[in-house]
Amino acid sequence: MAPEQIEIQLIACIVSAACAVPGVFLILRRMAMMSDAVSHAILPGIVVAFFLTKTLHSPWLLIGAAAAGLVTVVLVELLFSTRLVKEDAAIGLVFPVLFSIGVVLIARFAGDIHLDTDAVLSGELAFAPFDRMLLFGVDIGPKSLVMMSAILLVNIAFIALFYKELKISTFDVGLAATLGFFPAVLHYGLMSLISITAVGAFDAVGSILVVALMIAPPAAAYLITDRLSWMLLLSVLIGVVSAVCGYWVAHWMDASISGCIASTAGVVFFATVLFAKHNGLISVWTRNRRLRWSYAEKMLAIHLRQHEGQPEEGRENREQHLTEHLGWSSDFASRVVRHARDDGFVTAVDGRLFLSEAGRALASEAITDE
Amino acid sequence: MIEQLFSDYTVRTIALGSGILGIVSGALGSFAVLRQQSLLGDAISHAALPGIVIAYLLTGSKAPLVLMLGAAVAGGAASAAVIAIARSTRVKFDTALGIALSVFFGFGLVLLTALQKRPDATQAGLSNFLFGQASALVEKDVLTMGVLGMAALLIVLLAWKEFKISTFDPEFGRAMGFPVGGIEFVLTSLFVVAIVIGLQTVGVVLMSAMLIGPAAAARQWTNRLAGMVSLAAIFGAVSGVAGAVWSATGQSLPTGPLIVLSMGVLTVVSFLLAPARGLVWRSLRDWRNGRQLRLEAVLIDLYTLASQHERVDHPHAQAVLDLMANPIRGTSRSLTALAERGLARQIGPNLWALTAAGVARAQTLVQERFGGIGNHGA
Repeated sequence: MAPEQIEIQLIACIVSAACAVPGVFLILRRMAMMSDAVSHAILPGIVVAFFLTKTLHSPWLLIGAAAAGLVTVVLVELLFSTRLVKEDAAIGLVFPVLFSIGVVLIARFAGDIHLDTDAVLSGELAFAPFDRMLLFGVDIGPKSLVMMSAILLVNIAFIALFYKELKISTFDVGLAATLGFFPAVLHYGLMSLISITAVGAFDAVGSILVVALMIAPPAAAYLITDRLSWMLLLSVLIGVVSAVCGYWVAHWMDASISGCIASTAGVVFFATVLFAKHNGLISVWTRNRRLRWSYAEKMLAIHLRQHEGQPEEGRENREQHLTEHLGWSSDFASRVVRHARDDGFVTAVDGRLFLSEAGRALASEAITDE
Repeated sequence: MIEQLFSDYTVRTIALGSGILGIVSGALGSFAVLRQQSLLGDAISHAALPGIVIAYLLTGSKAPLVLMLGAAVAGGAASAAVIAIARSTRVKFDTALGIALSVFFGFGLVLLTALQKRPDATQAGLSNFLFGQASALVEKDVLTMGVLGMAALLIVLLAWKEFKISTFDPEFGRAMGFPVGGIEFVLTSLFVVAIVIGLQTVGVVLMSAMLIGPAAAARQWTNRLAGMVSLAAIFGAVSGVAGAVWSATGQSLPTGPLIVLSMGVLTVVSFLLAPARGLVWRSLRDWRNGRQLRLEAVLIDLYTLASQHERVDHPHAQAVLDLMANPIRGTSRSLTALAERGLARQIGPNLWALTAAGVARAQTLVQERFGGIGNHGA
């Protein structure tokens, strides 16, 4: 591997981790779309900062962008607090308007400079290693790598420092307020992290990948575990794996790296939707199937037990009779009987059904359970 | 400027297209906003990208109708995925939206960049289609938009009752035997149509605002669905035309963002000034209510003090009232207002007493507030 390739992958991994950490709290707080809003609305912040500093390479651009991100959050909250619109509509109103202001400002006052609005969305990771960071004249690595590492550290520090507070205010706002944790302060703290992360990352990877990395890996982790600490770790892991795999897919296809990483994150999410151990669709379907059969077997056992040793037993305890008594289709009835025989609850002699000892136990257990 | 609108062919075309887009997205956006699916539009518009690229790859054509078809298929697939994931897993609706939006768009970028590397293909027309370039609209595009939009509106009219029930009370609809799932499918498909006809004009990022803005503004003026949908259509049309005309005034500003900004202005005005719900009226109402309550509090306090004396018109020092009713703000303004209404009068410097009318009013108030208990101030 060429050194640039290693650096690109390193940047991609750091960006993934930096996005995944605050992303976990975003999806738990049902504010996933805030990442989309913030990552678009930073455009006017960059433009205004550019007008003030007259350069595209100033830390003020990042500060302006992060401020615009926070303005988005404040405006959304403000609009929502008037109760004139719901939160989703508030988000959907604020960021396009801010984005429009950014585009108009560029078109009106900065038509000749390179501030491409399409590039805000797509980004180009392949160029990231060429923008180097010099410290006292020494090359200490690509700029986005240094910056994203710093942002990752800030994110981790914030979450580690306020872990308990964030956890409680995420799952029980009322309790957090009662305990004096200032949920609003935590909320804005978290939103500042989202802004800073989005700003740091969009330059290298584009805002769409920021959204993908903030939401998809935490959502996949959310399907796998119920523990917050595991969810954080798994999100970072899934993000990093998506980044590396996405990079190689892009390398092989000769296509957009950001796009490939976002697609890979999507594939990983889709795989967890299907295969997650407890919450995955396949697991849910098999569980439902199993429940359906075991319920039917219980019904059968109770029915047979009811008439066992009674004069009508010869008539009632037959497979054909189940369709009438339990309202089952004859196909379903014969499948239930087959299942029950396989499980050793029932034996059949000349079309008559007899409970085994296990079947009797199942029936009495089911009845006493009620 | 207005003359220019009617004489200049290009401006007329763009204004007409933007106006049609505004009508369709305003009307359909009303349903999206009411169903709290405002951001579904954002996901659908981003998700259109892979559809557009695939449509081009398959047909080799950049005709708007072909690209629209691709965008519609991809947008429909994305919204189906969002709804399915939100329903069948523990992942929430907003998370599903974010994933669909970014992953579909990311995949579209992959296709687009891979396509760029092919010697025989260019992506120029495709990204214009996606990022919106109203200035490229020609008569044929506007005709396509008009036909598709009118078809969508016709379906809304025909299925009005069904859409209304499935929006406000889907459980009731189900109980009444309406195929609510099918109705939602049709409605979502119509969102897709509205978005697809708008992409070319305002672009991916701003399309969601076209759905939400007019509807959110219209919501403030009326509580009736028919009123909201028609008003949203009007607001949408006004924003569209205004944006197009503004853009044509010669500063070479892009149309899409100007449409969104016009819409933003309309929305802010509605939020502030709409009767009943508008923030200006609301704070005025709050202020009046507060003044009335403070005034009544002083009246009751005066009555409380008076009922401890032989004569109800026994004068009392304002300092006492200040302490009782409002130590911080004081009671001067309330007392002046009471005097103006003939409920209290000033006896001497800082000395106040109830009038006969004031006593009667205070008694009614005490009766209203404290009911039959009646020993207030005893």
